[in-house]
Amino acid sequence: MAITTARIRPYLIAVAAMLVIWQGFAAILDTETLPGPFAVLTAFTISMKGPMASHFLRSSYRVLISLVLALITAVPLGIYMGRSSRADAFLSPVVYLVYPVPKIAFLPLILLLLGIGDNSKVFLISFILFFQILVTTRDAAREIPREYILSMRSLGANRWQKAAHLVLPAVLPKVLTALRIGIGTAIAVLFFVESFATNTGLGYFILDAWSRLNYREMYAGIVGMGLLGVILYEIVEFTDRTLCRWTKL
Amino acid sequence: MIKFEGASVTYQTDAGPHPALSGIDLDIPGGEPCVVIGPTGCGKTTLLFLLAGLVSSSAGSVQIDGDQALRGRRETSLILQQHGLFPWKNALANVTLGLTIRGIPRGERNEQAGELMRELGIWDIRDSYPPQLSGGQKQRVAIARSLVTEPDLLLMDEPFSALDAMTRETLQNLLLRIWKERNFTFLMVSHGIEEAVFLGRRIVVLSERPGHILTVLDNPGMGAESFRLSDEFHRQCIQVRRALEDR
Repeated sequence: MAITTARIRPYLIAVAAMLVIWQGFAAILDTETLPGPFAVLTAFTISMKGPMASHFLRSSYRVLISLVLALITAVPLGIYMGRSSRADAFLSPVVYLVYPVPKIAFLPLILLLLGIGDNSKVFLISFILFFQILVTTRDAAREIPREYILSMRSLGANRWQKAAHLVLPAVLPKVLTALRIGIGTAIAVLFFVESFATNTGLGYFILDAWSRLNYREMYAGIVGMGLLGVILYEIVEFTDRTLCRWTKL
Repeated sequence: MIKFEGASVTYQTDAGPHPALSGIDLDIPGGEPCVVIGPTGCGKTTLLFLLAGLVSSSAGSVQIDGDQALRGRRETSLILQQHGLFPWKNALANVTLGLTIRGIPRGERNEQAGELMRELGIWDIRDSYPPQLSGGQKQRVAIARSLVTEPDLLLMDEPFSALDAMTRETLQNLLLRIWKERNFTFLMVSHGIEEAVFLGRRIVVLSERPGHILTVLDNPGMGAESFRLSDEFHRQCIQVRRALEDR
């Protein structure tokens, strides 16, 4: 109970401070383009009871699937590269070549191969996250102390036991850090992929409201994206508190 | 129990071959404590890793009970200098790791570990994680982890070197007591002359790199805590020191 209060209080203070600043700007600018927080929050409540809920769920689905896909591909490959200098020597140049290229530049190809539905959207988000998680996991796997490896070897552990008891727990804190950074990127890319060839998702909802000059609804959509981010961050925090307790000692 | 026959190890490095041990001949009978001592970088740890099967000999052979020393021998346990405890596992989970890997059910694991941890005075800290433990407690956990699988051969790489003098003596006494109760063979690498004389029934003195055996000293007086206070202990310390200085 005390822990929950201790965690919620800073949130409340931060939100209150943001609302005050927002209200201040809205009052100074006095324009339809920036409605005050209370008008937006009212619009948010109404929209969430109505059409925005399905957009919110669709966006959550897209971003969650993308995160899971990026994790289950990048973590094993990152571990492999980190633990095998031969694999690293071959694969790292490929990663360094592809990582800096804006993945959005591949969009025509992705659309051609995966169509204009959810597949291409999910693929693009995962593709961008993949590299962030890959490089972080690889570096974390490289840094596993030799002492730990020798301990596991001398105990006669097989490959899977080494992965479960040593490698995964050792890289997990860094993977979660990569996810924290990745969530911001994922939501930014989500907005982009929902800005074309779709009539679902918060990105669509925001742009649609904008085109109708309904600024209250537009900001309600932006608040929805913020809320999605908070939920994702809290999932990561929960995982961190549950599985990486040892890093906080 | 342990038989080295002309065992040599040469590491292949970027700068070319790097000999670490040359022509080791050594017999250690079962149930006997043996301490290997020598200058820094003389290949002491390599000797231990040969027995653990973590490195292979480039010439000669290393046998345990007539079989070639291989990694993952179930009756061999290894304690490393930095104790190799996993920070993400609490003390109990660290102790039971070897049993977990062998697929022993949780109830049985905890029972075996509990008995040993009580004996070593670390049962109360079973839920603590390594970063919360003192150096001495960590080393006790490492000892428990290596003993819980009931090894007949215990290999230790300077296990007490990072501890303060008082804690080190306490743990040396503890190790001696456990050895007397369980009668396993142990081979410890040490750079402390007094530690070697207190714990080694045989003391193997190695030369500078590439390490070869300068002499093997017999130390029949060891085996009691009071040995430290005896004249024989001091005579043996002087003998080991001379052997090291003559190298």
